[in-house]
Amino acid sequence: MLRYAVQRLLLAIPTLIGVAIVSFFLLRVVPGDVVEVKLRGDGGAVTQETIDMERKRMGLDKPLMAQFGDWMLGLATLNLGKSMWTDRPVVEEIAIRLELSLQVAIMASLVAVMLAVPLGTIAALMRGTWVDYVVRIITIAGLSIPSFWLGLMIMLMLLVLFNWLPPITFTPLYVDPKANLTQLIWPAMAVGYRYSAVTARMVRSQLLEVMNEDYIRTARAKGVYEKLVITRHALRNALLPAITVLGLEFAFLIGGLVVTEQVFNLNGIGKLFVQSVSRNDFTLIQGMVMMIAGFYIIVNLTIDMLYAVFDPRIRYR
Amino acid sequence: MLDTAASSSSGPSPAPAPSGDGTLLSVENLHVHFRTSVGIVRAVEGVSFTVKRGEVVAIVGESGSGKSVSALAVMRLLPRRSAIVPQGRVMFEGRDLLGLDDEAMREIRGRHISMIFQEPMTSLNPVLSIGLQITEPLQIHLGMDEAAAQARAVELMKLVGIPDAERRLGQYPHQFSGGMRQRVMIAIGLACNPKLIIADEPTTALDVTIQAQILELMKDLSRRLNIALIVITHNLGVVARYADRVIVMYGGRLAEQGAAEAVFHRPRHPYTMGLLRSVPRLDRPRGLKLETIEGLPPNLAHAPPGCRFAPRCPYRIAACESEPALMPTDTGGLSRCVRVPEIISGAINWTSGMVAGAGAAADKRVTPLLSVRRLTKHFPVKVGLRGKKAFVRAVEDVSFDIYPGETLGLVGESGCGKTTVGRLILRLEDATSGQIQFEGRDLVAASSADLQAVRRKVQVIFQDPYSSLNPRMTVGQIVGEPLHVHRIMTEAERQKARVGELLNQVGLRPELAERYPHQLSGGQRQRVGIARALAMEPSFIVCDEAVSALDVSIQGQIINLLEDLQRELGVAYLFIAHDLAVVRHISMRVVVMYLGRVMEIADRDTIYREPLHPYTKLLLDAAPVPDPTIEKARAPRLIQGELPSPLAPPAGCVFHTRCPMASDECKAAIPAVREIKPGHFAACIKV
Repeated sequence: MLRYAVQRLLLAIPTLIGVAIVSFFLLRVVPGDVVEVKLRGDGGAVTQETIDMERKRMGLDKPLMAQFGDWMLGLATLNLGKSMWTDRPVVEEIAIRLELSLQVAIMASLVAVMLAVPLGTIAALMRGTWVDYVVRIITIAGLSIPSFWLGLMIMLMLLVLFNWLPPITFTPLYVDPKANLTQLIWPAMAVGYRYSAVTARMVRSQLLEVMNEDYIRTARAKGVYEKLVITRHALRNALLPAITVLGLEFAFLIGGLVVTEQVFNLNGIGKLFVQSVSRNDFTLIQGMVMMIAGFYIIVNLTIDMLYAVFDPRIRYR
Repeated sequence: MLDTAASSSSGPSPAPAPSGDGTLLSVENLHVHFRTSVGIVRAVEGVSFTVKRGEVVAIVGESGSGKSVSALAVMRLLPRRSAIVPQGRVMFEGRDLLGLDDEAMREIRGRHISMIFQEPMTSLNPVLSIGLQITEPLQIHLGMDEAAAQARAVELMKLVGIPDAERRLGQYPHQFSGGMRQRVMIAIGLACNPKLIIADEPTTALDVTIQAQILELMKDLSRRLNIALIVITHNLGVVARYADRVIVMYGGRLAEQGAAEAVFHRPRHPYTMGLLRSVPRLDRPRGLKLETIEGLPPNLAHAPPGCRFAPRCPYRIAACESEPALMPTDTGGLSRCVRVPEIISGAINWTSGMVAGAGAAADKRVTPLLSVRRLTKHFPVKVGLRGKKAFVRAVEDVSFDIYPGETLGLVGESGCGKTTVGRLILRLEDATSGQIQFEGRDLVAASSADLQAVRRKVQVIFQDPYSSLNPRMTVGQIVGEPLHVHRIMTEAERQKARVGELLNQVGLRPELAERYPHQLSGGQRQRVGIARALAMEPSFIVCDEAVSALDVSIQGQIINLLEDLQRELGVAYLFIAHDLAVVRHISMRVVVMYLGRVMEIADRDTIYREPLHPYTKLLLDAAPVPDPTIEKARAPRLIQGELPSPLAPPAGCVFHTRCPMASDECKAAIPAVREIKPGHFAACIKV
């Protein structure tokens, strides 16, 4: 299994190279560059010489292939270069935001699992009753309500009921857990609710299917307690596909919470993405694309490994 | 929900005499209804029977006869959302199981009554270890601790003949073969020393040799441990081997019951007679034509009043339109037929219709229509991610001929390569090496244009009439598609007329062309598949397990249809099947395969009368015959062990690992297929 994991990681290299090529050249198709945005963005009159000088300093005057070569060389040595806007290393720019984004993603995933598994299970077991319909309404609402609106409503509720708003500046978990959690629990709930809806529906339909399997009938014929039939015999099989959904959603949460971060005023990866795109900050955008691609690959690998843990039929050699 | 109303016996079913002494289970006037979109389906109506301690009772019937539903009702495992039990009692050791609360019923399941299901492949939980699945009832019902339960599990696995039990305890179901899984199911069923085991088609999904092993095991265990057994099956051979008493069900009602010997030798219900007549049998001379029960089983959603079997009964009279009562017979059983006295007196003689005699052999052996030479197919399988290649040797050096208008039977257990041979001839797979000469052309080397031409002449009928027809096409479109594809008839009018003609030919009304496959019964669908194959007026049809999925009475109809068509159109068949009796009935010559290789080829009568190869002998021996006298008298020589993996077939003769005659010479070289007598080939050095 370890060998399989190493092989899979090695196979990720060509994928990442592909991502690198596409992201580099797609950005170059977009008209304008960071220097223009930086110096002429607010309508200031800047001479062409100043712009040329700035371009030269950033290496943007070199031929395209040379720029690409430089960047690929940097990648090979794990050097993502410097942000064209702030001049700080790309890794550093990402790192300070990743902590927050990662924590929100994990918390949202936890909220999602804690909502989805019980809701999906109850709905499946009480199929066709009012409980099932209530759960289905909850999940449909989760799918159709945009999380930024839900975020705004949560903020409004906090303000109206408790006359309190989450702080604007980010406190890391290790500095002050309480302040950190009271700040991040709200976006995690807003996002996790939506994300639980997909998973809950999946758990429900999977469990309904599994409950019709022959081995469930066998378990009942053995006189196994109904509770054990569901937890031991049914859920273990029903939750397998949910792992895939959970994993892919988790990877999405890392870079995809653009609007939610805006609503809760969080300085996360999503916000950085929007900023760097609007600034044409090529190196930073490329760096983030590479990071998210790598993240997806790792999450996918983790899902496959988890499958092997939960499903004895799957063995990697 | 299962609700029980007070049983005021409304049906004319007399309550069985509660003999008090040895009665373990007594089902009294049981009714089961299902709520469906087409209305209430009365799946079981007024069924009563008893089971004594240690007795083996078989419930026989076709699909939809209510046999499995009755068993599930006893276990209270019917789907709660749709099933209703409006009437009836299930008395088990003095308690009415239908009146128990869920917890009390759970304590009975697996403890006092256990159940073994049909599909060993899907009846074990794939993500739980075998050990856990066996120890579970021990811990729940007997309160054993982990260690004691494990020890008992090992003991049980040894009892049911699973070698290397300690190690296999930690393995998962996918690591077991079908036969081994069924042994595990039996071990689970035996775990808490139940008083009654209900086995629902316990061997249907297994190969003949494995089936024989499992049957012997269950019979032996029930005798030794004095466990009563209810065996539900459609296979009359299985019934004959097992049962003390037989219950025949038809259309949700009990048709006949009685002692096994009586029911088989002196059936007292026309349905039982028809059933016994329509099974092709190994122990009787082959009749010219199979007797069949015409028509289709009743639709239980709109069942007409009166005898359920009347519409298909050759002896029906006006009185059959009123509900017949269960009448005692001279053989000590019960039969639900108004003409029982006439049957007893012999006025209705069930054997009268039997046509004995030799089949006409098509002896126009000029040149073979199809001739297969040294055909070999290896499927590469990747082992590991970097693709170390291994080969599944599915077909190895197979040669045979098929003459015009002939039926060649191809038999063998699952995994012997018989289906692959069929697929190679159809060029659905490409052969690794060898030749397939069809009308002078080599199909293995044929170009795609040549193939297009050949495909008009070579057609196929598949096993599963449920999944091999496109559900989104009408019957007319399915049958007419080949005409369209090969641009034989492009005008819609002529095409329609031809489809009507074809449907007529296979015994379907032309109006069915407008229907969709799901609106047809299994037998009707298989007829559609045959009509589709006939559309191109082929000279050769591959029938891949074409009747295996059908009920006995329907199976007989389809076999007769295939034979009629052959006589009419002169088409040759390659009839691939695992049922030896069916193959004997339809084939003129028979090829026996084992692990990708040909073991024996001979004329039908020769191979069944004087088989030469030890594998053929054991195969014939393992097949149960629907006659309790023969079955109970003989001690079958069982084929030991299981099929070796085709990834690493045994060296030398592939059968030597299971062969009772094997010696060291057999391991040394692969025996060639030799002509031992004229027209009789076998691959064995001992013959």
